[in-house]
Amino acid sequence: MLAWIRNVIGVLLIVQAASASAVLNIEIIGAGEHQIPVAVVPFGGDAKASQAINEVVVADLARTGLFRLIDVTDKTPHDVREVNFVDWQKHNVEALAVGTVTLEGKRVEVKFQLLDAVKQAVLDSQGVSSSEGKLRAVGHRVADLIYEKMTGNKGVFSTRIAYVNRQGKKFSLVVADSDGQNEQALLTQNAPIMSPAWSSDGSKIAYVSFAGAHAVVYIQSVYSNQRTVIADSRGSNSAPAWSPDGKQLAVVIGREGSSQIYLVTPEGKDMRRITTGGGIDTEPNFSPDGQSLLFTSDRGGTPQIYQMPVAGGTAKRITFGAGNNYSPRYSPDGKSFVFTHQAKGKFYIAKQDIQSGQMELITGGGWEKKPSFSPNGKVVMYASELGGRGILATVSSDGRVKQKMSTTNGDAREPIWGPRL
Amino acid sequence: MKKIIVGLALMSLLAACTTPKPKVDEPAAQIPDASASVNDTGAVTPTATDSTTLDLTEADTPVKFDPNDPLSDPNSILAKRSVYYAVDIYAVADADEPLVQAHAKYLSQHPERRLRLEGNSDEQGSNEYNLALGQRRADAVKKMLLLGGAKDNQVEAFSYGEEKPKAEERGESAWSQNRRTDFNYRK
Repeated sequence: MLAWIRNVIGVLLIVQAASASAVLNIEIIGAGEHQIPVAVVPFGGDAKASQAINEVVVADLARTGLFRLIDVTDKTPHDVREVNFVDWQKHNVEALAVGTVTLEGKRVEVKFQLLDAVKQAVLDSQGVSSSEGKLRAVGHRVADLIYEKMTGNKGVFSTRIAYVNRQGKKFSLVVADSDGQNEQALLTQNAPIMSPAWSSDGSKIAYVSFAGAHAVVYIQSVYSNQRTVIADSRGSNSAPAWSPDGKQLAVVIGREGSSQIYLVTPEGKDMRRITTGGGIDTEPNFSPDGQSLLFTSDRGGTPQIYQMPVAGGTAKRITFGAGNNYSPRYSPDGKSFVFTHQAKGKFYIAKQDIQSGQMELITGGGWEKKPSFSPNGKVVMYASELGGRGILATVSSDGRVKQKMSTTNGDAREPIWGPRL
Repeated sequence: MKKIIVGLALMSLLAACTTPKPKVDEPAAQIPDASASVNDTGAVTPTATDSTTLDLTEADTPVKFDPNDPLSDPNSILAKRSVYYAVDIYAVADADEPLVQAHAKYLSQHPERRLRLEGNSDEQGSNEYNLALGQRRADAVKKMLLLGGAKDNQVEAFSYGEEKPKAEERGESAWSQNRRTDFNYRK
């Protein structure tokens, strides 16, 4: 058994979810060693809707690297009463999902059960419903519920991501589902867009635009496209970060020889400076409790990560050793942070424990930048490259399971994981 | 069992072809230009602005100067309008000081002339750090120009960071061209 699992490691599972022009293609490499064999039996009821949902659920679970999806087409139970557990045990299936899809008017409703094939017991029984056009969303929700029951952690399949796509001189701020589907450009312009940042309620994105004479920070609604300038001072305005309560942002203003961190309201009011260095302080990021900031500073001679109270006060350096460090972001539990580590001409994604100061590289190195955690802390998304093009990549926070997501057109860069809604 | 997994992958690959295309080529909003459209939407106008009233918008085409203006003389030291930097350095190199001094003198003698300084960086480091570094480079040139006699209202310092590279390739030969401050004179 173990030998077989070793064989699987290194097999590329390519899940090409759609053939549209700018869709992300996903590649999974290096699945974990202790994959749980599960089966998601295509649900009964409306066949077309069932297939669409099943596709999403299977792809979501497979992408985590935690599950081995067993496909047994000659069996189609849709309820626990129709399941012959002995048959499933023969296929080494540990858990299976069965259920039905009902289309009624403009609504789609899924009822499903998650079954333990070994104990022959119902682990979970759930219903998910939505409007008819949202079959993918239903699939993500079903996958979230299965993932949570199987791992004890909340799923993030229903969350969204944002990134910047560049095609020549054209830049787009894109939001998409966590699997790269359902893309929507919030803004397209012939000028650079930088540093998208989600508000904690997922309704707004702050970003930097160069459409005017210089770098300006905007907040834009994800739903209405209405936007607000929040920092447009002389010089460069950049690096927006939301406080967890959404009541203020940290931004960076560069002028007269230094870049400093300021706090400002989402209306662009009450701007006040909180760093006092004479060099570069940038890339602020709030701790989940809203009390501390991590940021990048060159005050010690090289770019390193520092931590300071949001209320102001002394900043302390928290990365040491050879190489430069940039772009820190806290984990959702506030106990660690991820960042970009530069050493000997390569860029790595690194993770550090706040308490112990222990640092580890979670990627192999290359051109890897701007990491951010998934809302459950289990996955880190970052910008990488493939064949000279910018792509999005993820790695499980233990460094074991990696995915690449490339757009068909242009360079994808600066991914940022949105909150769980 | 390995076959089963591969089969599954192929299945989703085939199934993929029937999935409707998301409308990615139709962005929900094309916001043409910065400040104007923000006001149009009724959104909050910037309150944090302390910009001067100078119009120093980006030049798409090079500005043409009067033939008698020293800026029109290709043999003048003023014809050179970029300074370059070593990695992570923002101070003007000693060798470039005469160039910056010449521009300072020109600005002091032509008080109506406006100059846009555009700081740039290579793509090493993070783009936010590089934006800050480019700003520092432009700021350092501006400081030297002011010390040399230019007035604050003549010169504006900006940064593009690594966002607008002159040379797109990866490596030092491209990067050395991108670590740069451009002197972009305006009418």
